[in-house]
Amino acid sequence: MIETNALRHLMTPMDFSVDELERLFDKADDIALHPAQYAHICEGRILATCFYEPSTRTRLSFETAMLRLGGQVIGFADASSSSASKGESVADTIRVVSCFADICAMRHPKEGAAMVAAARSGIPVINAGDGGHEHPTQTLTDLLTIRSLHGSLSDFTIGLCGDLKFGRTVHSLIHALIRYKGIRFVFISPPELRVPDYITEMLRNKNIPFEEVIRLDDVIPDLDLLYMTRVQRERFFNEEDYVRLKDFYILDKEKLSRARESMYILHPLPRVNEIAVDVDNDPRAAYFRQVQYGLFVRMSLILTLLDLTDDHINHGLLKWQSP
Amino acid sequence: MLNVGKIEEGFVLDHIQAGKSLSIYHQLGLDKLDNTVAIIKNARSGKTGKKDILKVEVDINTLNLDVLAFIDHNITVNVIKDGEIVEKRSLVLPKEIRDIIRCHNPRCITSIEQGLPQIFYLADEEKEIYRCRYCDERYRKRDGEL
Repeated sequence: MIETNALRHLMTPMDFSVDELERLFDKADDIALHPAQYAHICEGRILATCFYEPSTRTRLSFETAMLRLGGQVIGFADASSSSASKGESVADTIRVVSCFADICAMRHPKEGAAMVAAARSGIPVINAGDGGHEHPTQTLTDLLTIRSLHGSLSDFTIGLCGDLKFGRTVHSLIHALIRYKGIRFVFISPPELRVPDYITEMLRNKNIPFEEVIRLDDVIPDLDLLYMTRVQRERFFNEEDYVRLKDFYILDKEKLSRARESMYILHPLPRVNEIAVDVDNDPRAAYFRQVQYGLFVRMSLILTLLDLTDDHINHGLLKWQSP
Repeated sequence: MLNVGKIEEGFVLDHIQAGKSLSIYHQLGLDKLDNTVAIIKNARSGKTGKKDILKVEVDINTLNLDVLAFIDHNITVNVIKDGEIVEKRSLVLPKEIRDIIRCHNPRCITSIEQGLPQIFYLADEEKEIYRCRYCDERYRKRDGEL
């Protein structure tokens, strides 16, 4: 985690230690159980959502998180409605935003943009996605979802299915999970979209068990968790391969019938056709609950980065503080 | 054959890849010194045929030579006192390199944001892999670069 002038920012999921993550998730659980206790904790605080590229779920999730904490939201939803269209730098924009808001969530198409903002910011900055690089709050969402559904972040077999080459959520999740015990990975993808070599090399070096397969059917009975991602047509080298392989990565009721009753299905969304809609009503389909966990973890993250402690919750100590 | 005299106090960078001495001269900031500096290009070398040499009459401890290991760790550093070699200093890869190389990732923020320092960190010492501090892209040398 970058720390500037005692401020804490979130750039990558690894910025939090395992202990810090536990506290973050504990607080998220408490928010889910006692939302009323948190409904005013951010009164007088403002979240700036600086989104230089369109996003639906992430921006709405951040904004809802702040609103449910009693705070308010300002921001822009694409670069054309910001000063970036006039050529303003990220460094200057965050200095200006720091004068208005107490915390900022930034999405930018360029990798490392949030880091540049954090280095110049007078308020905590959350990386809400920087190109194909990092999307830490998605990983925090995934971890909280797994912890809540599986009961812990250790001792399970997780299947990661689809585009494992270009999918940043998959890479971040693998990096985050290797810090826990007893996790076995099953990578399910077409050869063209295999998980990058540097990741398999890292797993080998750390003696973390994994296998790579092409067909979901072959491994689905062994999984405790199945993390689905989109396989996009344009990622294939030729149409023939796409047509031949695409059905391997579509989860439908028939494939799901071979899975354990206790296996949960996750997906970072948006879903296109890789999970058939008739799976949605299956109790194992957890991807919409995952969105809910994403809200709780962002609420918890805002409180953590604003350093709003339990005293503020229990004793109503919150007052607006000038920056 | 051209003869360049011995230096009394300072250091000699030997076995520089032929043609690189001027870049190193600038990277080490030797152009800003008032001290004597000899740049020897294309000297005869038993190992490589040709090499460059830099002789610098300044206390070695006043300069940061870390970047040399990144540029070429075949370079040898001889510390000179009273006209004699008193130490051969080994080069260690720097943990961080600042404003020496540029990130080539077109998706990196450094490709559009003005005035950012170009920072690379040593990601794998054994394999000598440096990554951009902003985008984590691995640095790969291109023609004409250090």
